[in-house]
Parts: sequence; C-alpha cells; structure tokens
Amino acid sequence: MSNLLEVNGVSKNYGDFTALNNVSLTVPKGSIYGLLGPNGAGKTTLIRIINQITMPDSGSVFLDGTALNSIHIKDIGYLPEERGLYKTMKVGEQALYLAQLKGLSKAEAKIRLKYWFERLEIGDWWNKKIQELSKGMAQKIQFVVTVLHNPKLLIFDEPFSGFDPINANLIKDQILQLRNDGATVIFSTHRMESVEELCDDIMLIHKSNKILDGKLLDVKRQFKTNTFEVGIKVSEKLSLEQELSQKFQIAPANFKTLGDELKLNIKLAENDKANDLLSFLTSKGEVSHFVELIPSVNDIFIQTIKNN
Amino acid sequence: MNHLPLIIKREYLTKVKNKSFIVMTFLSPIIMIILISVVAYLSQLNNEKQRVIAVLDESGLVKDAFQNTEHTKYNVFEDMTLTDAKAIVKETSNYGLLYIGKLDTINFVPQHMEFYSEESPSLGLISDLEGILENKLTDLKLQNEGFDIEKIKTSRATVSIEQESFDGQKTSKIDSVLKLIFGGMAGYLLFMFIIIYGNMIMRSVIEEKTSRIIEVIISSVKPVQLMLGKIIGTSLAGITQFLVWIVLGGVLLIIISTVFGIDVTQMQSPQQQMMQQAMENPEANMQLQDIMMAFYNLPITNLIIAFILFFICGYLLYSSLYAAIGAAVDNETDTQQFLLPVMMPLILAVYIGFFTVIEDPHGTVSTVFSFIPFTSPVVMLMRIPFGVPWWQQLLSLLILIGTFILIVWFAAKIYRVGILMYGKKPSYKELIKWMKY
Repeated sequence: MSNLLEVNGVSKNYGDFTALNNVSLTVPKGSIYGLLGPNGAGKTTLIRIINQITMPDSGSVFLDGTALNSIHIKDIGYLPEERGLYKTMKVGEQALYLAQLKGLSKAEAKIRLKYWFERLEIGDWWNKKIQELSKGMAQKIQFVVTVLHNPKLLIFDEPFSGFDPINANLIKDQILQLRNDGATVIFSTHRMESVEELCDDIMLIHKSNKILDGKLLDVKRQFKTNTFEVGIKVSEKLSLEQELSQKFQIAPANFKTLGDELKLNIKLAENDKANDLLSFLTSKGEVSHFVELIPSVNDIFIQTIKNN
Repeated sequence: MNHLPLIIKREYLTKVKNKSFIVMTFLSPIIMIILISVVAYLSQLNNEKQRVIAVLDESGLVKDAFQNTEHTKYNVFEDMTLTDAKAIVKETSNYGLLYIGKLDTINFVPQHMEFYSEESPSLGLISDLEGILENKLTDLKLQNEGFDIEKIKTSRATVSIEQESFDGQKTSKIDSVLKLIFGGMAGYLLFMFIIIYGNMIMRSVIEEKTSRIIEVIISSVKPVQLMLGKIIGTSLAGITQFLVWIVLGGVLLIIISTVFGIDVTQMQSPQQQMMQQAMENPEANMQLQDIMMAFYNLPITNLIIAFILFFICGYLLYSSLYAAIGAAVDNETDTQQFLLPVMMPLILAVYIGFFTVIEDPHGTVSTVFSFIPFTSPVVMLMRIPFGVPWWQQLLSLLILIGTFILIVWFAAKIYRVGILMYGKKPSYKELIKWMKY
C-alpha cells in the first residue's frame, strides 16, 4: 500500500451551492501533500470530509486501504484554520481532555504531553489558563494536541499563521521530523514559499473542481517554459541583443550581478538545445549566468487560476 | 468510541469550578433568606404596632360597636366638634379619625361617614371598619324591625362539606390546597430549571463557537454526542446547584428563625392564605390531623415517578432546543429572535397551569394542554396531584418522548451544521435549508 489516503470522486452540495465537484486525489504514504486553492475553493470542505465532520454526497474516501469510518478518528490529527481552545481551562487539563477524546488513556496522554511540552520548551505552562497566553503560545498548545496521539495522517490548515518567524521555523522542523518518523501530512496554506519548501505533492482546487495535481517536480516540469536567465559580459550589448532576438524570444531580465552584464531571459523553442545556446553565448563573451527558470508554485498557482 | 462520559465530566467540572457559578450557588440562598427575613421581620413589626383610631360618633348609634383588638385600639370621643377632634387626633399622632355624622334616622347613616388620616389608609383597615359598621347597623335595623338579635345569632349554621370520590377516597379543602401546592411547585420548578439551565447550555455552545474550539472537538466526537454531553453535564451542575440551594437555604432558615426569633412562616404566600382559609372550619382542633391525612391521600408514588419522568423529558426537550439556538447564532444578542418561539409555549404552560388547572384540573383546556408536548410537562405535573388516569399519563408521556426524539434529531441537525457556520445570523429559512445538508 503506497497511498495512505485515497479520495474517489467526492462531491458535496450545500443546497444549491456545490462545494466539491467530483474531486479525486491520492496521498502517498510518508509525503507532505500541499492542498492549494483560492479562498472558497472547497479546501476546508474536503478536509472536513476527510475528518468525517461532514459526509460527502457521493464518492468514497479510503484511509490506509479501508473505507473511512469512526475507527479512523484516532488515526488523524487535524489542526483547523479556525482554531481555538477553551479560554478558562488550564493548559494541562485541556490538553489531557482533547487527548482523551482522541482515544489516549489519561496516563499515556500525560507522559506524551510532558514529552512534547519539553520538546517545544513550554513545560511551565501546564497550570496556566489559555486566556493568559498569547496567540502564538496557544497555537503551540494546539499543535501539540494535534500531533499527540501519533496519527498516521496529519492535516494542517494554515499551521504557521500567528507564529513569529522563529516559532514558525520551529513548527516547520517539527512537521518535517514527524514526516521522517513516518507520518503523512496534508498541508493547506496560502503561503507559497512554504509549499515550495515542504511539499512533495500538490493539488490545486478552484471553484469546487480539482484543476491540477501531482508530484511537485512533475507539475513544475509541466509548467516549465524553456526559458533561461542569462548574464553575459560583452562590449556590444545592442548588437548581441538584436542578433539573439532574431533566433529566440527574448525579454529583459532583472537579477543581481557584480559587473555590468547584459541580462536577458531567453525562451528556447521546442527543439532548441540549451547547450547550443550556451556555446553560442560563450563565443560572444564571458557568461556569468546561465540558469533555467523553474516556475515557482506562486506562478503556477496564479497562472492556473487565471486560465480557468 | 464513546466519549459521552468524558464530555459530561468536562462540562460538569468547568461549570462547577466556574467562579460566578460558585458565587451564585452560595450567595443566592443567603440573599434570598436575608430578603425573606427582612420582609418577615418588617411585617411582624407592622403587625405588633397597635394602631389607635379615634371615633367621633355624632349619631350616637354605633360607638359601642368598636371593641379593641390586638392591633387596633379605638378611642371614642364624646361631645366634641369635628374640627376639635381632628386637631386632637393630629396632635396625639393617632392613626386616624372615623367620623359618623349626626342623623335622626338610621337609614341615612351610611352616607355620613368619613375617615380622616395623615396617610391614605390600607384597604384592609377600611374594610375592617366597614365590616364593624355594617354589622352594627344591620343589627340595629333588625332590632328596629322587631327581630331578636340573640335568636338570629344562635340560629346561624356553619357547614363544611365532606368530599369523597366514588372509589372511596376522602378529600377535603385542605387536600385541594395541598395538591395545588405540590403541582404548582413541580411545574414551577421545571419552568425555572428550563430557563436557568437552558440558557446556560446555550451560552456554553456559543462559547465553544466563539472560542473556535468546536472544529477541533468534532474532529474527534460526533456532534450529537457533544450536544448530549453538554446538556447532561450542565443539567448535573444545575442539580448540584439546586441541592446546595435547598440544603443551604434550609439550614440558614433554621438558624435565622432560631437566632433572631423571626417566624418566617408568618410570611404569607397566596397558597398559605388559601390553606388558612381552608382550615378555618369549626373543628379547628382537627387541623393538623387533616393535613396529615391530606398528605397521605396524595398519590405520592405516582407523583414522584411522574415528576421524574416528565421533568427529565420536558427539560431535555427544551434544552436541546436551547442548544440548537446556541449553535445557530454567533453571539448572545442574536438569540432573541429564536428564543421567543421557544419561550412562548413554556410561558403558556405556566399560565394554564396556574389559572386553568387550579380552576378545573380535568377540564377540556387542562386536559388538551397536558397532551401537547411543549406544554404537557408543566401542565401534566400540575394535574397529577388531582388524580389523572394512568393511561392519560402514559399517553402524554409517550407523545412527549416521541416529540423529544424528533426535536433532538432536529436540534442535532441544526447543531451539526450551525457550529461550523460563522459570521452571519441565520434566518428561519436558512435553518430549514440546513436540515438538508
């Protein structure tokens, strides 16, 4: 079994409004899966269906090979975007309660909480009330509660919101660590740089439909434009630019260099070879930059949404 | 996984540990008792003070009718003008002056009576005086017509009708009053309980929504479980509070009445007054025995079982509605539009209970409303002391349970959708739409 989660043709309607339209996806075991999409695309509905908070109108969901049922509650850890804690309850009591709801025994929950509180350096918060903590502090507790029962599948919806850069980094490292320990992570966010950094697979939902999914690298390959970023030191900039423009599509580029180079984005045609371009350029002057432009997730996101 | 006990425990403990809950639990009986004692003390003071009423009777017909009592002393003036009498009364700070004008014939006396006082007198005082005068004048008139007053007095008869049902159960007026007290207490208790703890449940649902913890919780727990856990946990906290109130109130009452010597039972509730009136029969020495008899005559077992069943079902019916309202809205100010239709049948039930059932416990209105599920808990509880056939009780209970299941299902639907809806105040139309989600 290489896929932890399989969603097959799931649809969900709220009255006349279609929240999800025949969406399918597979999440490989041990991967970090990015769930992307504009606001209101249906991400939260999908996540809620995986969490069995709402039931799909049609379609099926399999976790680790079995159809989703109440046994799976303890296999999933969910950090929703709209999250909070009981304000008047003490940190420790609250964490224990939530852990027990996930099926841990009280004693076991206590041991694990102690461990996690140490790990995140929040051991002395046990007897504080949530209302005495800052937002970021409360978020840390929520993170601990989400991962405490060692779920197979972790679902994080905007996990970094409300964290300062140091704590965001800390949480990011914890997520990577959990993945390395065998957990599978579904990760929903609008921060493209974290997707870039963390995700192995992505999926893009727009207006209730899946419009893109696959390995992040494959998706990027699919979106590559065969464009190279070039910096070359020549005396006759204009003539070279003209010469290039006859063969290729070119555009001025902007990147930092130490010298006074000619900077261009050169788009190759389907059958052009990068090496040919490079040897042509080296014959003209000293090449300081020659980089293939890889489309960023941000670009892919914007481009795909616009085209739809 | 069944998390119900865990949820109940948490709800109970957070409620009970809540500071304002603790303060309310211990402070309200103290405040209540203090209030009752103050009122009792003051009314005692009022009763003990002897009022002096001056009487100026220029007709000379009725002055011997005024006999001093425990609370009132009559000071009969002779040979004095009205102005002088008024001045004296004012000076000596007597309570007031009753003036009866001069007249030759007895028939016109009633038109020439007046009461002068600093403050306007109580209705009771005036009707007392009127009673005295009326009796005296009636006697005088009868005498004028040539009747023997003594004979009339001795031939006056007093009657007290004994009541007995066809299957041999003896009842009396005291019986009815006791039944009223029992029924009224049961109905009123349910009413109070629903209002106080229903609101508490609603607030606790809203709190879960506003603190945004709800989504975390229902990824591990079914919404229905959460809702039932909340209702049961809060109700247990409510029962705890009620027990504390009863125990604490009782102890305080005993302490205060022994230490300060205030007879709190002198406080007269309408029921007690009725009770007293009922007991004012010639065989007054039978009183205590009668009360005991009446008490034994009550269908105690039936009462207790019915109370528990109707109380639980009625309370759960309403509190699941409260929970649904809490789930549908974002904050407490938005609850008004939904609370009204929930409160209406409840208030209606109490009105029917206290007016119609007292008047005619087995009349059409009482009977019909003791079957309608939203009013039946209160109305039926008030009817049962008067003896309701078991099949009626059972039928009413079955209807109530059926409705209760339906309402819980309905409330759970609203709850399930509502707890995840933020930001907008739903209309009734939207609530119906949620049913289909």
